[in-house]
Amino acid sequence: MDDTALWIVSLLASTVRLATPLVLAALAGFYSERAGVVDIGLEGKMLTGAFAAAATATATGSPWAGLAAAIAASLVLALVHGFACITHRGDQVVAGVAINTIAAGLTAVLANAWFDLGGRTPSLDGTQRFLGLHFPLTDALRGVPLLGRLYGEVVGGQNLLVYLAVLAVPLTSWVAYRTRFGLRLRAVGENPAAVDTAGISVPWLRYRAVLITGALCGVAGAYLSIAQGAGFQENMTAGKGYLALAALILGKWRPYPTLAGCLLFAATDALQARLQGVALPVVGAVPVQIIEVLPYILTVLLLAGFVGKSIPPKAAGQAYVKDR
Amino acid sequence: MSASTNSDGLPRWATLALLPAINLGAALVVSSLVILAIGQDPVSALAFMVKGAVGSGTGLSYTLYYATSLIFTGLAVAIANHAGLFNIGGEGQAYVGGLGTGLVCLALSGWPWYAVLPVAVLAGALFGAVWGLVPGYLQAYRGSHIVITTIMFNFLASALMVYLLGGPLIEHGQMAPESREFAESTFLPAVKEIAAALGYRTPTLPLNLSLILALLCAGGVWFLIWHTRWGFQMRTVGANEAAARYAGMNARTTIVVAMAISGALAGLVGINELQGVQHRITLNFQAGMGFTGIAVALMGRGHPVGIVLSSLLFGALYQGGAELSFEYNEISPRLVVVIQGVVILFSGALEHMFRPALLRLLKPKAPAAAGQRA
Repeated sequence: MDDTALWIVSLLASTVRLATPLVLAALAGFYSERAGVVDIGLEGKMLTGAFAAAATATATGSPWAGLAAAIAASLVLALVHGFACITHRGDQVVAGVAINTIAAGLTAVLANAWFDLGGRTPSLDGTQRFLGLHFPLTDALRGVPLLGRLYGEVVGGQNLLVYLAVLAVPLTSWVAYRTRFGLRLRAVGENPAAVDTAGISVPWLRYRAVLITGALCGVAGAYLSIAQGAGFQENMTAGKGYLALAALILGKWRPYPTLAGCLLFAATDALQARLQGVALPVVGAVPVQIIEVLPYILTVLLLAGFVGKSIPPKAAGQAYVKDR
Repeated sequence: MSASTNSDGLPRWATLALLPAINLGAALVVSSLVILAIGQDPVSALAFMVKGAVGSGTGLSYTLYYATSLIFTGLAVAIANHAGLFNIGGEGQAYVGGLGTGLVCLALSGWPWYAVLPVAVLAGALFGAVWGLVPGYLQAYRGSHIVITTIMFNFLASALMVYLLGGPLIEHGQMAPESREFAESTFLPAVKEIAAALGYRTPTLPLNLSLILALLCAGGVWFLIWHTRWGFQMRTVGANEAAARYAGMNARTTIVVAMAISGALAGLVGINELQGVQHRITLNFQAGMGFTGIAVALMGRGHPVGIVLSSLLFGALYQGGAELSFEYNEISPRLVVVIQGVVILFSGALEHMFRPALLRLLKPKAPAAAGQRA
């Protein structure tokens, strides 16, 4: 019985760790897409953030400097996205693809040139990373069956950025639904002409949304390379940006359902790693790829309206042309 | 709209030659800055790249070999674009298409290559078409966004191939996730065999007969888009779906067909990579060619001639980049990916940035023209 409890605790802890970058990136996408700017470029911004964080943490020895560098680097790409899509009314999807491509190439080239480790950065030690926080009373409660371990290893024991991601969800919900900025943000994604008529600048509002997206993507990238991981590797985001986008779609562009989507994807990922070669009851051993592709299949079915219906913000993908 | 100008009055030669040249120039400036940032001399590095790509017979043959795959994926992206669809799924369609080609080559061992080739082409096109058609159907009939669906299908393709090559298709007794080698009779003739038939001796090079197939496809796409009813429908749907519907066209069928053809073209990458070079189904044989097709199609402005030319350019970049990284340890071959991204940015997302400036420059009477329009 204790084995089962251990297994569950480790599964939950791993789910939380895997969900964190997805939550940060999906919330990042939330701001941009609710403002009417489609962002395929979450992946590239995360990757750039991950590299900037690891490189800076290596150079300075400070995870905080790494985090700041990640946010700054990701913001630069966000500005490029805004410049192309908002200022020059370029195709938002194409701009996102460009950002992902530039990020994939540039991080690899710079990592190779600066560190000469074949596209990696040096391994970071404990002082250069965000480590798990030790919650009070962890040791005292260790003896309590299940709950003690849940407290010590799932609720506590995570690194700072995990808690930041947890806080970001209610904060985003509050900003989007309880503040003036949030109201305008959602309005500009549905009907920019109305916002414009009210005398509010559509480009400035969208730029702010895109910048928030950039900052959150930077944090997500830093999490990968200097919190969860201990250094940067080529293409270390490995599709997480797209998965975050899928979670946002699954959550119908709302913060809490998006969080649920991220947790679901993270849980399938955590489960997949644990079910490798394990024979399940009734069906026997299932190829891990089947579990691995569940999030993608779910997204396809959902977008096609076979399982519920996910409708994007009305003005998403369209550049706003101000009429005279 | 007259034949020699675009709707905004920019001369055709400027659209077709000057804009791509400016985009390429911008990409070169950015990549020079990157090379400078890593402490190397951009001029000598770029000169070395050019020499590596076209300075020798070997280099040139590699350039053409890369270009072959890029013509397929570039055409695939372009044809979908004409129908107003952004197909990011070229990568997955090429991957699954290669599975079809590979299965045919495995099944028909002992057959001569010229008998295998038509079947392999059909199978590759069919498998790729299915992988493009499903997202097309979901977009046309279920309203899901083609971009997201094709991204998801890339992941699905990747998982499918990892599963097949790790289990059902793996060569017996081997650890590497690849199929057994095809029978030698099914190999597409490469430069070496063709040269030998003509009485010359060359080293083993990857360039093979599929380049001809790629050029035929380019001709076929040109004919389809500008000289058939289907092509007209695709362009109309791409320009204005509502108008196409109003004119009595079936926009939904057109979207599905365009995506199927797009997937079929991407699916032919396997002819070059598998039947031509690897001679077995391997993991990730398409190696980013599907994504590079986006840059190729944008740079080639959707026209088959432009696509062939920009495929040559990107083929040269791939080959030159590989040579460069042999010579300069500090420069990763991934520099090509940066250049590719910058090209997508400038010729795709920022196409509206240079255009008005060019318009002002090339049309001094622009204010008067604007006055007429108003």
